[in-house]
Amino acid sequence: MPAVTQTREAVEKLGQSTYKWGFETDIEMDMAPKGLNEDIIRLISSRKEEPEWMLEWRLAAYKTWQAMTEPKWAKVGYPPIDYQDAHYYAAPLKKPGPKSLDEVDPELLRTYEKLGIPLHEQAMLAGVEVPEGERMPVAVDAVFDSVSVATTFRKTLEEAGVIFCPISEAVKEHPDLVRKYLGTVVPAGDNFFSALNSAVFTDGSFVYVPKGVRCPMELSTYFRINAKNTGQFERTLIVVEEGASVSYLEGCTAPMRDENQLHAAVVELVAMDDASIKYSTVQNWYPGDEDGRGGIYNFVTKRGICRGARSKISWTQVETGSAITWKYPSCILQGEGSVGEFYSVAVTNNRQQADTGTKMIHLGRNTRSTIIAKTISAGRSDSTYRGLVRVQPKASGARNFTQCDSLLIGDQCGAHTVPYIESRNMNARIEHEATTSKISEDQLFYCRQRGLSEEDAVGLIVNGFCRDVLKELPMEFAVEAQKLLQISLEGSVG
Amino acid sequence: MNALSKDMSGPLALFANRLNTPTGAERQSAAGALARTGLPDRKVEAWRYTALRALGKQDYAAPPEQVDASTVRALLDGVLQAHPAMAALPRVVFVNGRHAPAFSALPDDVDLSFFAHEPQFGLQAAPDRDPLVALNTVLAEDGLVLRVPAGVDAGHVMLISLGVAGAEPLSFHPRHTVVVEKDAHLRLICVQAGQGTYFHNPVMDIRVEDGATLEHVTLQTEGAQAISLGTLYAHVGHQSVYDSFVLGLGGLLVRHEVHAHLAATRGEVHVNGAQRLAGQQVGDITSVITHAASDCTSRQTVRNVLDGHARGVFQGKVLVERIAQKTDGYQMNQALLLSPDAEIDAKPELEIYADDVRCSHGATVGALDDEQLFYLRSRGIPEHEARQILIDAFLDEAVALVVDATAQTFCRSVLAARFAGKGEPS
Repeated sequence: MPAVTQTREAVEKLGQSTYKWGFETDIEMDMAPKGLNEDIIRLISSRKEEPEWMLEWRLAAYKTWQAMTEPKWAKVGYPPIDYQDAHYYAAPLKKPGPKSLDEVDPELLRTYEKLGIPLHEQAMLAGVEVPEGERMPVAVDAVFDSVSVATTFRKTLEEAGVIFCPISEAVKEHPDLVRKYLGTVVPAGDNFFSALNSAVFTDGSFVYVPKGVRCPMELSTYFRINAKNTGQFERTLIVVEEGASVSYLEGCTAPMRDENQLHAAVVELVAMDDASIKYSTVQNWYPGDEDGRGGIYNFVTKRGICRGARSKISWTQVETGSAITWKYPSCILQGEGSVGEFYSVAVTNNRQQADTGTKMIHLGRNTRSTIIAKTISAGRSDSTYRGLVRVQPKASGARNFTQCDSLLIGDQCGAHTVPYIESRNMNARIEHEATTSKISEDQLFYCRQRGLSEEDAVGLIVNGFCRDVLKELPMEFAVEAQKLLQISLEGSVG
Repeated sequence: MNALSKDMSGPLALFANRLNTPTGAERQSAAGALARTGLPDRKVEAWRYTALRALGKQDYAAPPEQVDASTVRALLDGVLQAHPAMAALPRVVFVNGRHAPAFSALPDDVDLSFFAHEPQFGLQAAPDRDPLVALNTVLAEDGLVLRVPAGVDAGHVMLISLGVAGAEPLSFHPRHTVVVEKDAHLRLICVQAGQGTYFHNPVMDIRVEDGATLEHVTLQTEGAQAISLGTLYAHVGHQSVYDSFVLGLGGLLVRHEVHAHLAATRGEVHVNGAQRLAGQQVGDITSVITHAASDCTSRQTVRNVLDGHARGVFQGKVLVERIAQKTDGYQMNQALLLSPDAEIDAKPELEIYADDVRCSHGATVGALDDEQLFYLRSRGIPEHEARQILIDAFLDEAVALVVDATAQTFCRSVLAARFAGKGEPS
């Protein structure tokens, strides 16, 4: 079929073009020597001026990690990772916390500019409030390699009582909160990568929304992997108290690189009674070249717990990057009537491999979950949806709906669906459906006879295929997500 | 080679005294594989939901030479009397894994021989990947070797496997081979039944050659204390049809594992099934359907009704290889939980490497629909009857997929006889 052939060609062309966001910022780095041992962990902890309990926590996690083996069950293949051949700490040698724009490293500003982060607004960066009536502002906690160097909107948030700061700062300034929640959703020993992260995490975000507060703006962290050979180990902890709500955006781009870089983040969400957390991700890390060289290894553990009654956690992700994605944002639905959602678009091209999905663990009565996963595979890539829906005996009235659709573009790629459905309660209802297909000739014909070019038609169909997920993204992100999809596939036919 | 004497920990130890002296290349290589892997635990993905702990701690002895004929007769009558048409069908009866000529009524139009006379291991079984197939390979004594000559419509053949044991556990590992040659047709009805504590570990190697059709119905009514772990391989040729259905009603732990391989274009495979379990029963329907050629079709509908503390397992994988363009695959697994302690674990899986395909799967889990119950009750039907009607209807949608009318009525009669009046809420 010509249109699909064209799409394929265009996609291949895209793969050859340079990664749009592949650049490297030249900023002085403070680096720990390569390797991982207790001394390195002590070094990280002391550089971060952490309290003793934090160091002990890290060391315990390190011990756990040493006893674990790398998981092999995902449908991804990669050469063995030498965990001793990486730097576990790298920090820019500039003083953090700019008071005004002049204090921000101009290199960094240029990086943000290239990234197209809304940070370009000087006032925002300086923390000046947006006048009444303007559009909802976005607070950005920019994570530049391992240390947060700019946090905006602190004041507005502080007035609302919201804490939004680098987690290293939270460890020092809000130790009680961090200690109370850190590792409660994703225990250090949960899996190989979470144990590694717990031992060596360098930074990330901490969000605390107090009782009854609706966070006055959307919070956003832009992750960047910058220095050569520094695995990035972000740690994010979001706690939302009774009746409060927050929307959190995570987006990432990384410089072009030839060596594989390991990224093992941990994200923990805690929602109390009537609280709601919306966590959106646009992931566009360097996927490697057309032969699969280079590219990020993205081994992430993301999990939220709905502790309170009627609480809600919603994950939305658009995954277009990384050489390997290993990621299962999950919800533990403990509170009665709590709600978990997972919306995902995963696009793989060239030699990318993605094994991603979610887990919905229903513990409480009348808990509900929705899973919508859209997978698009092109080139020689492989994409797997792997999801678990588990209903425990006490979760009477639990309800799940899952829909997984895969679209294959080209005959050299693969799309796989591996759902696990486990029910131990007779009053739970679970529905799962999955389809795999290419763009149907009927749909193409329908569009064509209404005057659309073949390219437009394919674009329209791909767009429609992902719409259920894209519409879940916050406005600020939807634009970027669409842009990314276009870059990956759709722009080639439009 | 005496590879097995080294590491005999875990459930494998239960067969230790019988595994030591394998003869012949197939058995030796299987014994080697078995020694390397042991029997699977739940860390093995394919056995994630089914634990072999149920094998217990007592050694499994080889079946005795003599079996009480009246017990066999009673079990056989139980099978044949389920439906009047059954007694008239040709049958091959195995007792504790050995052919029992006195109880058989051999078919005419087919070539028949037995594994005991001339061992045939077939080409499809993979002892190095499937430990239970390896166990069978090492311990197999007998089995049916059936060949339907080209162009022949052989009608019905029943393969009846009876387990007769007391309290002391015994195990048998029959190795069956069924070949339906070019343009031939066979309707095969396999029945498993028995009493006492036994472990039935059959392997069946099926070839459906070009243009041929095999309609295959398996009825599992193993004894209440029985463990039955069977593996079936089906090779499906060009324009041929392998249409299978399994009705799982017991014993204690039953697994029916099917590997269907669509090897040539326009083949068609149906791997349907229904389970109705109660008490402490565990029933596992596992299948891997491989599309290795273009323009093939696979269909799978599995329905589970689980009562008491029963646990149902469904693992269904559809693998579409790169060459298998124009594949049409459909898979549906549905479960009805009748009791607060029942459990279903399902893993429908698609692995797809070709783009011009149409594959879908679905799964649902739920209780009896209150509205449907209310509808029936409001028309004066007592609750237990209303429940029975809904359960029967739920299962019957799978049973109705059995094309062969004789086999279909046989399944229905067995279900009706077993579960009449079992609609009471538990």
